[in-house]
Amino acid sequence: MEMDVVQELQGHSDRVWSVAWRPDSGISGRPSMLASCSGDKTVRIWQCSSSQDLFIQHWSCVAVLDGMHQRTVRSCEWSPDGKLLATASFDGTTAIWENVGGDFECVASLEGHENEVKSVSWNCSGTLLATCGRDKSVWIWELQPGNEFECTSVLHGHSQDVKMVLWHPCEDILVSASYDNSIKAWIEDKDREDWVCAQTLSDSWGHTSTVWTVSFDASGHRLVSCSDDLSLKIWDSHSNLLSEGNLWKHLCTISGYHDRTIFSVHWSKASGLIATGAGDDCIRIFSEESNEKSTLGGDLTYKMVLKKEKAHITDVNCVRWHPQEASLLASAGDDGVVKIWKVAGESLY
Amino acid sequence: MNGSALINANPVVHERKERVTRREVHDSSAEPIDALEVFDHVRDIKDPEHPYSLEQLKVVTEEAITVDDKKSHVMVVFTPTVQHCSMATVIGLCIRVQLMRCLPPRFKIDIKVAPGSHASETAVNKQLNDKERIAAALENPNLSELVEDCLAPASY
Repeated sequence: MEMDVVQELQGHSDRVWSVAWRPDSGISGRPSMLASCSGDKTVRIWQCSSSQDLFIQHWSCVAVLDGMHQRTVRSCEWSPDGKLLATASFDGTTAIWENVGGDFECVASLEGHENEVKSVSWNCSGTLLATCGRDKSVWIWELQPGNEFECTSVLHGHSQDVKMVLWHPCEDILVSASYDNSIKAWIEDKDREDWVCAQTLSDSWGHTSTVWTVSFDASGHRLVSCSDDLSLKIWDSHSNLLSEGNLWKHLCTISGYHDRTIFSVHWSKASGLIATGAGDDCIRIFSEESNEKSTLGGDLTYKMVLKKEKAHITDVNCVRWHPQEASLLASAGDDGVVKIWKVAGESLY
Repeated sequence: MNGSALINANPVVHERKERVTRREVHDSSAEPIDALEVFDHVRDIKDPEHPYSLEQLKVVTEEAITVDDKKSHVMVVFTPTVQHCSMATVIGLCIRVQLMRCLPPRFKIDIKVAPGSHASETAVNKQLNDKERIAAALENPNLSELVEDCLAPASY
């Protein structure tokens, strides 16, 4: 496999922490749109002017969302319908921006976390929002009519900062990753009308240092996590997700590839490939090993199919596959640059 | 003890090492970076609670700095003056900020306390190397003011 830069998107004046594709990018001829957020306290919206050819330099910045956050914007995520963008900041707030005819207007500011908010995630129906942060808590917010957000639950359980929250792609299961080395899964207890921790992934198979990012495969049956312990772990759920005692079991650990902290991992919904971004400035791509043994239920393995050295001149903070176009990847780095990559090779077809 | 409760009221002050004057190299990219150069960048950082430099308190030494220029890697191991030093994270932050400013961006910097030198060694080391914690700390006005104060040129 190989990957080449389609375009470098310049504009941020500080490190770029995170990027997010608008989920409906490329569907029914809609243009591809990407949001990026940065230590410069702004969010930039990038769009490809051609809906046909995403692989030539058609990308430009169409909006800058500034004046709202007082500190670093750490994470940004689009609602499933692409109409709202949520941004989480070290200033302790989460802002909600509405996309009206190309303009972005801040319609809500969610306050409650004691200090840095580190991550935000929408559930699959767009009715719930989760946030997490330095104060070790996870908050669940319900979207009310008129863009009002009501906090319905504050979850304590992690003993250190919560680095990331992520909803399951088709069920209301929330996963959180923490500086305390664990991953927790939260589900709603209908009887108690509150959210409870259903499982903590921190046993002998768990990570041995900070878990930075988690990502689901397209079906939500598998979860991949990446850590400061230089490994990736794949977690598998049984088909009857909620009736089993445990939601996930450890399937395999991918180690020996990364030289420094793995900050980002993303599972492509379009191709099934896993991309990582790390503190060693590399982007790596992993593919499930298709051999007889794995189809018979034996040890499943993932092999590295690509290593892009010096993908950025400094740490790679985030990698995200395009939601529809299997060969398009976006990355963000400490160099303040967002890059659009074309990935090519037989694993994609 | 006077009004402000110092964590280490009576630090041992050591002699400073002689400064080596090196010939000027105009093409900086040609000269590999070594431990002495890194030490020169951090030796004059002021201790957060004493009017002495980190060198004078033997918090940093040239011997405890490892540089691999080819791999663009720097490791600084420092020794807090007392086992329960709550300033250890601030000292580590000062060293990192100084090196981020002085070294080319290709360098990866790891900062740790010396083994056995701190009661919460593992926790301190983890915090010192978490880039998100570092970024957030530097956006905290009180903390960044303290760091700037320690990095300001001073004559001891």
